[in-house]
Amino acid sequence: MAGNGAFRTATISVLVDNESGVLARVIGLFSGRGYNIDSLTVAPVEDGRGRSRINVVTSGTEMVIEQIKAQLDRLVPVHRVADLTQEGPHLAREMALIKILCTGEQRAEALRLADAFRARVVDATTASFVFEMTGNPDKLDAFLDLMRPLGLAEVSRTGVAAIARGARVI
Amino acid sequence: MTTSEMRPGAEILLRALKDQGVEVIFGYPGGAVLPIYDAIFQQNAIRHILVRHEQAAVHAAEGYARSTGKVGVVLVTSGPGATNAVTGLVDALMDSIPIVCLTGQVPTHLIGNDAFQEADTTGITRPATKHNYLVKRAEDLARIVHEAFYVARSGRPGPVVVDLPKDIVINPAPYAPPASTPHRSYRPVVAPDAQAIARAVALLKQAKRPIVYAGGGVINAGPEAAAALTRLVRETGFPCTTTLMGLGAFPASDQHFLGMLGMHGTYEANLAMHGCDVMLNIGARFDDRVTGRLNAFSPGARKIHADIDPSSINKNVPVDVAIVGDAGRILEALLAAWRADAATPERAALAAWWRQIEAWRAKDCLRYTQATAPGSIIKPQHAIRRLYELTLAAGRETFITTEVGQHQMWAAQHFRFEKPNRWMTSGGLGTMGYGLPAAMGVQIAHPEALVIDIAGEASILMNIQEMSTIAQYRLPVKVFILNNQYMGMVRQWQELLHGGRYAESYTAALPDFVRLAESFHATGLRARTIEELDPVIHEMLATDRAVIADIAVDQAENCFPMIPSGAAHNDMILGPEHEGDAAGITDEGLVLV
Repeated sequence: MAGNGAFRTATISVLVDNESGVLARVIGLFSGRGYNIDSLTVAPVEDGRGRSRINVVTSGTEMVIEQIKAQLDRLVPVHRVADLTQEGPHLAREMALIKILCTGEQRAEALRLADAFRARVVDATTASFVFEMTGNPDKLDAFLDLMRPLGLAEVSRTGVAAIARGARVI
Repeated sequence: MTTSEMRPGAEILLRALKDQGVEVIFGYPGGAVLPIYDAIFQQNAIRHILVRHEQAAVHAAEGYARSTGKVGVVLVTSGPGATNAVTGLVDALMDSIPIVCLTGQVPTHLIGNDAFQEADTTGITRPATKHNYLVKRAEDLARIVHEAFYVARSGRPGPVVVDLPKDIVINPAPYAPPASTPHRSYRPVVAPDAQAIARAVALLKQAKRPIVYAGGGVINAGPEAAAALTRLVRETGFPCTTTLMGLGAFPASDQHFLGMLGMHGTYEANLAMHGCDVMLNIGARFDDRVTGRLNAFSPGARKIHADIDPSSINKNVPVDVAIVGDAGRILEALLAAWRADAATPERAALAAWWRQIEAWRAKDCLRYTQATAPGSIIKPQHAIRRLYELTLAAGRETFITTEVGQHQMWAAQHFRFEKPNRWMTSGGLGTMGYGLPAAMGVQIAHPEALVIDIAGEASILMNIQEMSTIAQYRLPVKVFILNNQYMGMVRQWQELLHGGRYAESYTAALPDFVRLAESFHATGLRARTIEELDPVIHEMLATDRAVIADIAVDQAENCFPMIPSGAAHNDMILGPEHEGDAAGITDEGLVLV
């Protein structure tokens, strides 16, 4: 792929018909053309028209990201492709369930940090915690870094859901 | 039958095909499609052509589509029927040929059970098609078939698969006529943006060294688009080159035509591409066989790219002006804007540019030397030249298909096309075995025309079974084999890049093509030396049934000119006819073969 220049990250939202195979088309496009998928979420959006919204976080040169958008846009079941990163300020949120295995002093430290990051305890045993945390992906990354020495054992992340700020709709 | 009446799915399918104007289906029966074949048997509106291999069904439909502008239709069974069709589908995808391929499928309740002749056809063909469908509900059948035709022919055309479970084609289904409303999501832009047109014309008016580079998109846009291209080029006085897929979009006899560009394009076309200051690309996609080394591609040019597919723009080559739309409408708009724009074109500079181009043209890069003494070996280029000259003299409507390899490039260089839709070749995928079935499809569409498959002896064997189809339907297809007993293009690369170690490129144990032809109820002819060439061509053209003409050609001949892979346009190799050339192939280039 041609295209010299700086890499950037793009959060792209795609409105698609909620039909079988549509996710495979999108994923196949990325794998078949060698594009990156950093995160991907998909779920029906209840607009009464049987559509789903796919949020994909990808990275590449400007030329590659333009290609990704053009390639997505020409898929038959795709209604709209929006580059939220380029089109203006946007919100990106991700949820994670984080399991910590720890005892003694480390438990208190884990709870203190969780409180600072507004992570909730959703499960606890004498040997473990499960925290639930929502935020932008950077915040989740930062929390996970802090939990690592405290017994971080398992993480389940949802991937990014994103939407434009303000009155703009895609 | 009223629209509310329920009929078996197979009948509904055929009614939908009929309403889409389908006249011919290329196919092969099997268990999952028996109900469809039964319905075909009971009607006369649509003709079925029984091929001998499903790959050939798709290539035949491609030949039909490419030579008529209509959608080609294929019908194959589940499992191996569908997987055999995949090569043809990818071929049509790469070359933007409109195809609807109906595949049988096991009954809905067996899908996923590893049933007999089950394959995940929609999964396998997803990256092989423009779009595909699995019909799961009877009420969707007619709508999906109509939609498949719409998707196949709209925007950048391509192949569409409709996978039909056996219960869907047996059970009653309602009919629905073609939709009169726009498609819910797929609505390609066809009308060009006026500002983009104005910016393009402003660049063209200032051009001192312009070039028009036209591709298969002009052919896909219909004969009016080719006519509009011809008008634009003649009125502007600009030089014009075409891609392999674009041959025929501009008349080869016109003085503005520089021949094909790219890896085996002409010296003048490639140097003009390299040296131009404004490039108008219309309906081509900056393919790697055209651009050569990207960072050395036409370094000084401001580039205008007109394409129906926005994803083709800025994919390989960044451009200055992008115009999205139908090639014909863009060309009309450019011509209108060219006339309306008050700026005077750079006539003096253009005249100087033409003097430069004529100097390049004087190199006569396609020159070859044919010994004329009786017993002399036939040069492959000469065989094509004579084929061209003698068919021209015969004056019949002529269509050429090719296989893939040296013969294909020589055909592109030496056979000259005045009109679009007369040249069928596998450009993007480079599918050996394309030409014979494609010729079959062309002949079905144009029963009175002269249809010639220019072939190599290796490629022709890849779908030789279609001689049986040709016999069954008495198609007078002519197969013109340039027989050098090598996979010539492979051998050429081995000579240039791999120390002349001809690994597996010699075709041992070739059949006797004359007797092969006879066994398929065709006429077999052979030319071994130069004095036999013209009589064989004359006899081939005079024979009103299928012919295989086996032309023994110089085994050592290579295809020139040539831009070695990874090289720039101005690093062409001109071949033994021209002195002082050196192959400048880099390791990087070795990868790009």
